[in-house]
Order: sequence, then structure tokens, then C-alpha cells
Amino acid sequence: MTRKQRRLYFVVLGVLAVGAAAALVLTALRQDIVFFFSPSEIVEAKIPTEGRRIRLGGLVEEGSVAKEGATVKFRITDGAHVVPVVFSGLLPDLFREGQGVVTEGKMGKDGTFVAAEVLAKHDENYMPKEVAESLKKTGHWQGEQKK
Amino acid sequence: MHRFANPARFMRIAALVYPWAVGVTILTLGAGLWLGLVGSPADYQQGESVRIMYIHVPSAWMGLFCYVSMAVCSAMALVWKHPLADLMARATAPVGAAFTFICLVTGALWGKPMWGAWWVWDARLTSMLILLFLYLGYMALADAFDDPQRGQKAAAILALVGVVNVPIIKYSVDWWNTLHQPASVVKMGGPSIDKTMLIPLMLMAVGFHAYWVVVLILRTRSEIAAAKVRTLRMAQVHAAGQAE
Repeated sequence: MTRKQRRLYFVVLGVLAVGAAAALVLTALRQDIVFFFSPSEIVEAKIPTEGRRIRLGGLVEEGSVAKEGATVKFRITDGAHVVPVVFSGLLPDLFREGQGVVTEGKMGKDGTFVAAEVLAKHDENYMPKEVAESLKKTGHWQGEQKK
Repeated sequence: MHRFANPARFMRIAALVYPWAVGVTILTLGAGLWLGLVGSPADYQQGESVRIMYIHVPSAWMGLFCYVSMAVCSAMALVWKHPLADLMARATAPVGAAFTFICLVTGALWGKPMWGAWWVWDARLTSMLILLFLYLGYMALADAFDDPQRGQKAAAILALVGVVNVPIIKYSVDWWNTLHQPASVVKMGGPSIDKTMLIPLMLMAVGFHAYWVVVLILRTRSEIAAAKVRTLRMAQVHAAGQAE
């Protein structure tokens, strides 16, 4: 084996070893890397919610938004489970029914999530307004309304 | 590959490529900026804010692209000891760092009106910030030794270790749930972005790559010149030492 070959194997093995180490660390830290939990994970009690500040994310359920003064009540769904949320404060511009949101706050004793912060999550679809409308008209719409 | 490791041959090829790269940069960036800022429609959800995408997304791609080319050059420098590979890795680092920085700044400016936050610690944003630190660490380490060759070797190893971050950035939005939306262009099933917006985006991406070629040629030329100056100085000092 020439010195060049030895260096080549060393570099390749080194990168593979670092990659494997990174993969193991990231798998082990999965719970801490996810940015938010889904309603299913919270309803099925897969994560401890007692007194902890957590993030809950999903779609705002159609027809669930009710404003009472500065307080907004809505429900977050992931298609399987629903969690009611109450929030007092300014909502981001992209907040609307059927759109993705991530809320940060604490789980109340009555099963209502008390949010201290609401962030809008937008999807990966970009198109002009006219295209979106014609897709809706022709029934080819696969955007945020898909449940 | 080895044929291109010769600095004299690099200079010849660079002289041929350079005017074309300058031309492509000016044309595509001009057309891309006009189409992106004026000639393309607003988004159905995001309105006019979507125009930040035409800077943000190509910058992010360049951040990743420059890092991969830097790592490939570093590997070639470590294994085959090509002097030119070291110089090109060095020349690419600040360009990649600048694009990564632009990506982070435009991302923050875009995040505030759309998400409601300048910054969140989700997997995509955090791994992109780590990419910026890798670039800064690479540049600092390469210049931290009196002997430039030793600094280059240490920095090349850092560049190779950091390459694991590249797939993490790309797939962070698929592996973990993040506030950042998933990929729109490079994904299974084709882009989910309208043609009228995809064309300016692609023009900007081509323009940024051509710009990188321009800067790479300029910076590698000056690195070669600096290396020559260093060699001549060493020879002078050596000759003076022998004369005494």
C-alpha cells in the first residue's frame, strides 16, 4: 500500500466514523431536537406535559377560531387528535384556519393548552394567487386543506 | 483530476473561463433580480414578502455548495498533497461564509413577518448557524500557525469533520419537525413552486454560482502569487544566510 492510498483510506474511514458518531448522537437526542410535539403525542401522553413549557404544533382546525376581545381560542389538529388552545396576544399575519402553527406554552389542568407564543408555519408551496384560485376551482387543490 | 493540479495550467484555464464567468454573472443576476423583484407574481399566502426567497434560497444553496467544494479540495490536499487544492479550499471559505451569513440574515428578516419570530432554535436554523461557525473556525485555524502548511493541514481536517453537517442541514426539515418548511425545489416528485417563481430563483442560483467562479479565480490567483512571494523571500533569506 502506497502512502497516498493509506492517506486516502484514513480520510474515508475518518469521515465515515464521524458520520456514524453524529448519526448516533442525533438519534439519541431526537426528543430534544424536534421543535414541537403533535396533538397525538400530547393526548396519548407520550411526553410529560405536567408544568413543563412545551411547543405544540399542527394545523388550526377549520371553523375552530373564536375571538373574545384580546383572547383567541382555537383547536390544533394533526388529523388524529385535537388539542384546544387559548392565547392572548398578537397573532402572526399568516395565522389562519387550515394553516400550520407552532404554539409555545403550558398544558392546563382542564386539557386546554395555554399558549404564551404563537408562530405561523408556512408550507413549501409557492404560487401566484391566480394559480391557487384556479387549482381550487378545478379541484386539484392539495394545499393546506388536506387532512 | 491531477492534470488540473498544476498552477500554470490553472492560470491558463482561469484566463479562458474568467470573462465568460463575469458575463454569465452579470446577465443572470440582472435578469434574476429584475424578474424576482418586479417581473414575478406575489405569493398566494405570503404576498410580496416571498421576494426575499430569491436571495435567501440561492444563498443557502451556495453556503452548502461552497462547503462541499471546500471539503473536497481539503480531502484532495490531504491525500494527494496538491498545493492548488489547498489554495482553492482557502479561496472558497470566505465566499461560503458570506453566503451563509446572507442566508441567516435574510432568513431572520423573512421569519419575522411570516412566522412571527426573528430566530428559533429549530434543527434547520441551528444547523445553518453551525455551518457559519465551521467556516469561521476553518479560516481562523488555517491562519493560526506560523507555518502555513501546518495551518492548512489542521484546517483541512476540520473541513472534513464538518462535512457531516451538510446532510444534516439538507434533511433536517424531513428528519425532525421544524418551524422551517420542507424543501420546495430539490425533492421527490418535482418542485412545488410555480414556474413564474422558479425561473427567477434558478437564474439567481446560476448567477451566484458564476459569481463564485469569478471570485474563486481572483482569489486563487492572488493565493498563488502570495505563495510565490513567500518562496522567493525564503530563497532570498537562504541565499543571504549562505553568503555570510
